[in-house]
Amino acid sequence: MDRRDFLRALALTGLATTVRPNETFDLLMQRNEETAASKAYDMVAVMGGEPDVMFRHAIKEMGGMGQFVKRGQKVVVKPNIGWDKVPELASNTNPKLVAEVVRQCFSAGAKEVVVFDHSCDDWRKCYKNSGIEEAAKEAGAKVIPAHEESYYRQISLPHAKNLKTAKVHKAILDSDVWINIPVLKNHGGAKMTISMKNMMGIVWDRGYFHENDLQQCIADICTLPKRPVLNVVDAYRVMKSNGPRGRSTSDVVLAKGLFLSQDMVAVDTAAVKFFNQITNMPLEQVEYIVNASNLKVGSMNLNKMNIKRIKL
Amino acid sequence: MLQKTRISAAFIMLFLITFFFVDFAGLLPRKIQLLTTIQFVPALLAVNIVVIIALLILTFLFGRVYCSVICPLGIWQDVTERIAKLFNKRKKYKFLPARNILRYGILAVVTIAFLGGFTLLLSLLEPYSIFGRIASNILRPIYMYGNNLLFNVQGKLNSSSLYIVEIAVRSIFSLVVASISLLIVSFLGYRYGRLYCNTICPVGSLLGFISKFSLFKIQFDKNACNSCGACATKCKSSCINVKEHKIDNSRCVACFNCLPACKKNAINFKYSLGKNNKTAEEDIPNSSRRTFLTLTGAGLITIPIAKAQSSIGALNSKKPYKKLNPLSPPGSISAKNLQDHCTACHLCVSRCPSHVLKPSFTEYGLSGIMQPMMSFDKGFCNYDCTVCSHTCPNGAIIPLTKEEKHKTQMGRVVYTMSNCLVYTDNTDCGACSEYCPTQAVTMKPYKNGLTIPTVNPEICVGCGACEYACPAQPKAINVEGNVIHLKAKPFEEEQKKDVKIDSFGF
Repeated sequence: MDRRDFLRALALTGLATTVRPNETFDLLMQRNEETAASKAYDMVAVMGGEPDVMFRHAIKEMGGMGQFVKRGQKVVVKPNIGWDKVPELASNTNPKLVAEVVRQCFSAGAKEVVVFDHSCDDWRKCYKNSGIEEAAKEAGAKVIPAHEESYYRQISLPHAKNLKTAKVHKAILDSDVWINIPVLKNHGGAKMTISMKNMMGIVWDRGYFHENDLQQCIADICTLPKRPVLNVVDAYRVMKSNGPRGRSTSDVVLAKGLFLSQDMVAVDTAAVKFFNQITNMPLEQVEYIVNASNLKVGSMNLNKMNIKRIKL
Repeated sequence: MLQKTRISAAFIMLFLITFFFVDFAGLLPRKIQLLTTIQFVPALLAVNIVVIIALLILTFLFGRVYCSVICPLGIWQDVTERIAKLFNKRKKYKFLPARNILRYGILAVVTIAFLGGFTLLLSLLEPYSIFGRIASNILRPIYMYGNNLLFNVQGKLNSSSLYIVEIAVRSIFSLVVASISLLIVSFLGYRYGRLYCNTICPVGSLLGFISKFSLFKIQFDKNACNSCGACATKCKSSCINVKEHKIDNSRCVACFNCLPACKKNAINFKYSLGKNNKTAEEDIPNSSRRTFLTLTGAGLITIPIAKAQSSIGALNSKKPYKKLNPLSPPGSISAKNLQDHCTACHLCVSRCPSHVLKPSFTEYGLSGIMQPMMSFDKGFCNYDCTVCSHTCPNGAIIPLTKEEKHKTQMGRVVYTMSNCLVYTDNTDCGACSEYCPTQAVTMKPYKNGLTIPTVNPEICVGCGACEYACPAQPKAINVEGNVIHLKAKPFEEEQKKDVKIDSFGF
């Protein structure tokens, strides 16, 4: 070993000791936990109840919230609060569902539960008129803003194709686990918005997505190391047309559905198939699902999955 | 006692009206807006007869109480005057002759210019608007900066009661004008008391004309007076002539500072027989006919332009769309109406929660400089929001209900396909349609399963959400202003169908 090698080795050793757990480590740890806990099903689908009732059934079948949220953990619950619209117009996640998820997190022993979304309309109006701020606060959650760039931190996405880096909300990055609660809607640009499209609400610069192939960027953001431990698709009221904003109640269908899975690709696949019964929407048109499947974010093959279907 | 009451009332007034301007978080009740509607020029422009008559009667009864207690710029000058006294405890005023030709000359020129359709002069000299611009362009950013500082000190992300706000100077020109006004008025206040109010301010001159004849006024008791001159040294209007035992009541702003100065009780605020009971009713312009004529005239010219605009389809090369007309705020009826009534106080700009209103530069022409226009670089007009229309004290933006606003077309969408990402990059985008509240922009099948925007300007309200959201550089979708606001066609609602879903579908 010459002097140069020695110094290099010394420096590397020093460097190694300074490395602190980051997102990649989180991923490893998360994966370990996932394998440690044995889930009864890959997906639970419920129909015919109120949003909170359906969730209670679904999470029970999944083995309870304790499977996903551990005692003392910092949890983020991320609904869709994109628009200044009341719950009846189905532009945002159902507030009753958000509140129920928050309550279950606390029952599982969560230290704190934080709720936010990077809204499209003025965030204060969205938080208020969606009913989510009030419902979440009542359930004990902290509702925080996401309208300013300083709330975000840059991360790299090594497995992504177009979106190599993204600024993600610190609340997500600093949490122990997070839960994704999208609402099922038609979408003018992306065709559908479900759990993967809902990921755009944790990101600062959405314009970049549109500029660099929206369908690929949506799949790309889903490769982030810190994925949601659970995706809860709210299909209680479904926006069948003019989404994602919607114009009136004539865009809304009371479908009373709810889908639960850890696999974003699987749950979005299921949700599109469900939606296809209301408005024609061939799965292959929702390109980001295929793209995400190619990036190994999850699987589109529902036939190989253990799915529990419940009708209330 | 009178002096103390005046000071307390003025302090409350200044605090509330300033806070109303800077209050981005909406902590104050909306009713505080009343304090802006009782300002003289706004009431005049809004043809708010009740307020005008009340203010004229108030002045006729008690003199220029308005200038001491209601006018925020007047109160601000008292603040600077106080500051001057902190540095120079022995600061003394002395009697100065009135500059009547100057003050009534300015009043006349401003009035003539305004009646001739040139509002800018009034906007630049009128005290409420000067104060509004100072509050909106200077104090508000400072308040926001303070908020962000506090947030960072507290260092807590998990609190939504305190949140970071983006501090943006929306118009450099307005900031400069506001700063110059602030410097001049503050300097005059610091040095000469109420010199601004008694030489330049058109409201001061007008009210001064009435206060000459007011029923209650400051008067000398010649028998008790020993001509010591203590009262005159306290008079920030420099209107007490001790030698001749005369008070120029046209310049007295009823601050009552002279009263406690007199040890002999020789100067009093009391009833005096009014002589010429003259009011200024004839100065209230009846602008309805003018407005009607100009509206009709402008309409004849602009409606065809607007129609022609929207029918321009895809332009050839990739170049930015150049707006022909700015968009005026919802409820402003037309650019002309805005121009005739707005004195650029920027209250609407301050109160707009969507950051879509900003002071214009020359978009409306010279006379309309600093008047509010919609700009979609920081935001877009919220479909259900009517805040600005309920905020304007001048009647430049008239109140709209949510339903009325939904039918108001401030501008029309123009789509430039050659700039559109779907066309240039062959990718899905749809950001414009995503944001569109009426689906005047919808995504229609294009090729390879892609969808591309198509526009229906008839149902467009001109909110600018599409322009704001468009990620293309230059923008592929823009909103062209309607010089006169038109009626947006209601969008056709799809038949609400009851869909029965029995199975999961997978």
